[in-house]
Parts: sequence; C-alpha cells; structure tokens
Amino acid sequence: MTATASSAAALALGDDALVLSHRLGEWAGHAPVLEEEVALANIALDLLGQARVLLSLVGDEDELAYLREERAFRNVQLVEQPNGDFAHTIARQLYFSTYQRMLYGRLATAGDGGGELTGLAAKAVKEVAYHQDHAEQWTLRLGDGTAESHERMQRACTALWRFTGELFQPVAGLDVDWQELESDWLASVTGVLERATLTVPDGPRSGAWAAGAGRQGLHTESFGRMLAEMQHLHRSHPGASW
Amino acid sequence: MTAVTADTQEAYEAVFDAAVAADERIEPRDWMPDAYRATLVRQIAQHAHSEIIGMQPEANWITRAPSLRRKAILMAKVQDEAGHGLYLYSAAETLGTSRDELLDKLHTGRQKYSSIFNYPTLTWADVGAIGWLVDGAAITNQVPLCRCSYGPYARAMVRICKEESFHQRQGYESLLALSRGTPEQHAMAQDAVNRWWWPSLMMFGPPDDESSHSAQSMAWKIKRHSNDELRQRFVDICVPQAETLGLTLPDPDLRWNEERGHYDFGPIDWTEFWDVLKGNGPCNEQRITQRRRAHEEGAWVREAAAAYAAKHGEATA
Repeated sequence: MTATASSAAALALGDDALVLSHRLGEWAGHAPVLEEEVALANIALDLLGQARVLLSLVGDEDELAYLREERAFRNVQLVEQPNGDFAHTIARQLYFSTYQRMLYGRLATAGDGGGELTGLAAKAVKEVAYHQDHAEQWTLRLGDGTAESHERMQRACTALWRFTGELFQPVAGLDVDWQELESDWLASVTGVLERATLTVPDGPRSGAWAAGAGRQGLHTESFGRMLAEMQHLHRSHPGASW
Repeated sequence: MTAVTADTQEAYEAVFDAAVAADERIEPRDWMPDAYRATLVRQIAQHAHSEIIGMQPEANWITRAPSLRRKAILMAKVQDEAGHGLYLYSAAETLGTSRDELLDKLHTGRQKYSSIFNYPTLTWADVGAIGWLVDGAAITNQVPLCRCSYGPYARAMVRICKEESFHQRQGYESLLALSRGTPEQHAMAQDAVNRWWWPSLMMFGPPDDESSHSAQSMAWKIKRHSNDELRQRFVDICVPQAETLGLTLPDPDLRWNEERGHYDFGPIDWTEFWDVLKGNGPCNEQRITQRRRAHEEGAWVREAAAAYAAKHGEATA
C-alpha cells in the first residue's frame, strides 16, 4: 500500500468520525432523557478520539479539521446530515455504526491489508460495537414502541436510506471486499428494521449524482453551515494555540 | 402502622441527635426529622438541577471549540455533568422522592438551581473561566459535603468532587494558554474573568446574617462552614492563582490583610444576586425554556421506551 493511498483512507475515515462527532455534540443539553445526554456525548467522544488518531496520521489534526474548505472534506454525506428528531439521529447512527463496526472489524483482522489503520481499527471496534448496540436498542424501542414513535422512526429510516449506498464506494488504500461488506450490512440492517416492525425502505440507496460524492468532496448544503460554526473561532485567530 | 407516641418520637430524636453528634452517617432507612429530610431533598435537588442546567452555558461552545483537544475536554466535561445530575437525583430518591417529581419542580420553577448558570457564555474564554472560577467555587462548597451527615449525599459528593477537581484544573490550564497566547487571546481571558469573578463569589450564597437555612444545616452537619467562611477561603485561594495566570481580578479593594491573615475584598452587589435568584438574570428565561423544551420534545421517546418495555416484559427505568 502506498503512503498516499493510506493517507486518503485515513482522511476519509477520519472525516467521517469528525463530522458525526460534531453532529452528536449538538445534542448536548437537548437529549430526551438524561441517560441519553451521557450516551450521545459518550459516542461523540469516542468518534472524536478516532478522528484525532486518523487525522494525525495524515497531518496536523487541527489544521485538517479547521482550515480545510468544504470541498476538501472526504466524509460520506450520511454523517453530515442534520440531527433532525431523535429518530433521525438514531437511524443515522444505526446505518453508520453498523458500517463502521463491519469495516473496522475487517481492518482489525486484515493484517497488512489495513496498513497503519489496523491498530486504530482494533481499538475502535470495541467502541463502535457499543455504538451499534445503542442504535439497535433504540431502533427497536422507537420502531416497536408507540404509533407515533413507529411513524417517526419509519420516516427517518426512509429519509436517510438514499445516503447509505455511498458507504460502500471503495476507499483507496483499504483492501476490503466492498461488495461483501455491503451485503453483510444490508442483511444486518434489514434484520434490525424487521425486528423493530419497520418496513425496509425500497428506494434507491444512491443515485448517479450521489455515488461517492462525499468522498470526492461534494457535500450537501447543510455541511457548509456546520463547518462555518465549527471553524469560525479557530480561523479568527490565525496561528494561535489553544 | 402504629402511631408514634410522644415518647417514642423523643427516643427516635435522641438516637438521631446522638448519631449526628458522633459524626455517624444517617442512612436512608434510619429515622430522621421531617425537616432534616425536607432540607436534604431541597438541597440535593437544587444541586442536581444545577448540574443539568449547568450543561447549557458550556455546551454552548462545544460546536465552536477552537481545537480538537479542547473540544474533547469540553464534551467530556458536559457528559460528566449529566452523570453528576444522575448521581444526585439517585441520592435524592433515597429520601422518598422521584426524579420525575424533582424535574417537574425544576420545570415549573418550584425548585431552583445555582444562579451562576443564568450568566451567558459570550466568548471561548468563558469556558475556561467557568472551569477555574465556577468549578473552583463549587469545589470549595462541596468538599465539606463529602463529610455531610447524610450518607448517600456524602458518597455522591466524593465521586463528584474528584471529577470536578479535574475539570477545574483543565479550566485553569485553558485560561493559562489564553493568557500566554496572542494579545487578543489574553484580552479575551481577562474579559471573561472580569465578568465571572463576582457571580462566582455569589455562589456561596447570601451573607451569614441573611442566610435563612444556615444555622439549622450546620447543627445537622449538612453544612460544615458558613457561607462567608467558604467565600473567604475561595478568595484566598484565587488571588495567587490569578497572579500565576497573569490576570487581574476586577476588585479595586482586594488586598492582603496581615492582621486577619486573609484577603480583604470589596462589597458584593446583593441587589444583582437577589435579582438573578428571582428569575431576572440575563439567561434565566432561556435556560429554563431550553430545559423544558428538551423534556417536552423528548416525551414521545420516553413513551416509546415505556411502551416497548411493557410489550417485551422489561422493567422500566
């Protein structure tokens, strides 16, 4: 594996973790129950920790996080989607942490195939297993809870479905069987949605316009606003340390 | 249940008084005077509410934290606060109330939270100033509570104080980085300290001669020191720390008093204190509205969890 390919992979996975962590951080003080204040912050912190390790493999973590423009970010569009209601946050988390758990699980056991990422993946897979479990438990409760929660969860799962195809666009430098990853992911998510009495969405999981878009720096409109908030203070004090 | 006669009531009181006098811990199943129970519920609930409302001014900066390291520290801190709230609600529940009941009292304004959280966080430096001053004042207040006569509260405070001390050091370190940074960063730190110093001194409560609960709480060993004693202790700790930070404290009357062995300091604006306490501070309305909204908008989630538990035969929380 070349250094460039490895950097590209670390940047892609690092951006995923950084951006989702930021979105979860927006929940602080707004969660539906105190236990979820703790859980969402906990997941956000795990992801931020992963992002810091991954970005540091590429360069200076703060330069990469705070001084890149929107078009230079390589995260998938799924993680940048606004929080919406609790069901949207949980659906996004279910889709993403199932992917992350399966991907890290493969990288952790890939030996040289994962390159520098093997060590990170081995540590992070324990964290993302917890995240997946949390999302799965909430998917069951919201899907199979009340009529209102069922409807909200169904709406969220359907709305985010079209961002899930991008997860399986091959990332340069990662020696992974992407097709197998995708079918495993589909089987797992389908199983959870069915147990939650939800209908598995039947819409497209990506259009030609969206295929691999985030990984190429093509993002959705809300992402620029998210970055403006995240980067504002850092950019206002060039060269300062904190 | 048999009625408690005057004789047995006196006997219970004697056992309780002797336990308090001997510095023994009162535990949930022990007999305790109704007023002792009510005082503890009020104090522990207010403490729990303060942790929960106190998440807001700091969470205000999570999405704007200027480095990933500071962002991680701040997220961990806000998460700890939610955890402290949970410990404290559990401690209050040992006295025969429930978290739902206490949250309802918070949301309807029947129970208070620390007035310090009604001040806004206007710059990043405020996060550091809160860590240093607000957490510092909280620790000065709370360390003696680790020896409080009520066991569950005292044990919660041991855990909480450890984490608070950690946050306080991080806040101090964050301010130090600003103070030693660019001129703009230094000015930002000084401005934050100017705005947070007096409200922090108010955290110790009204002066001793106006503090309605103090004497009884001290007799019951819920409190160990008076408001003014703790406030003085805090000032004495902060002055040298401010010097090390390279920041000044906004009080022209602050000077060492050789005779007392303490720092003298200027008069506190008690009008402002009572005003904020009555709900007229800069953020009272905003803080309680956000808390209520989170609770109301989360109702369908809590209902879903309860409905799922009922269907699947789980115990609800």
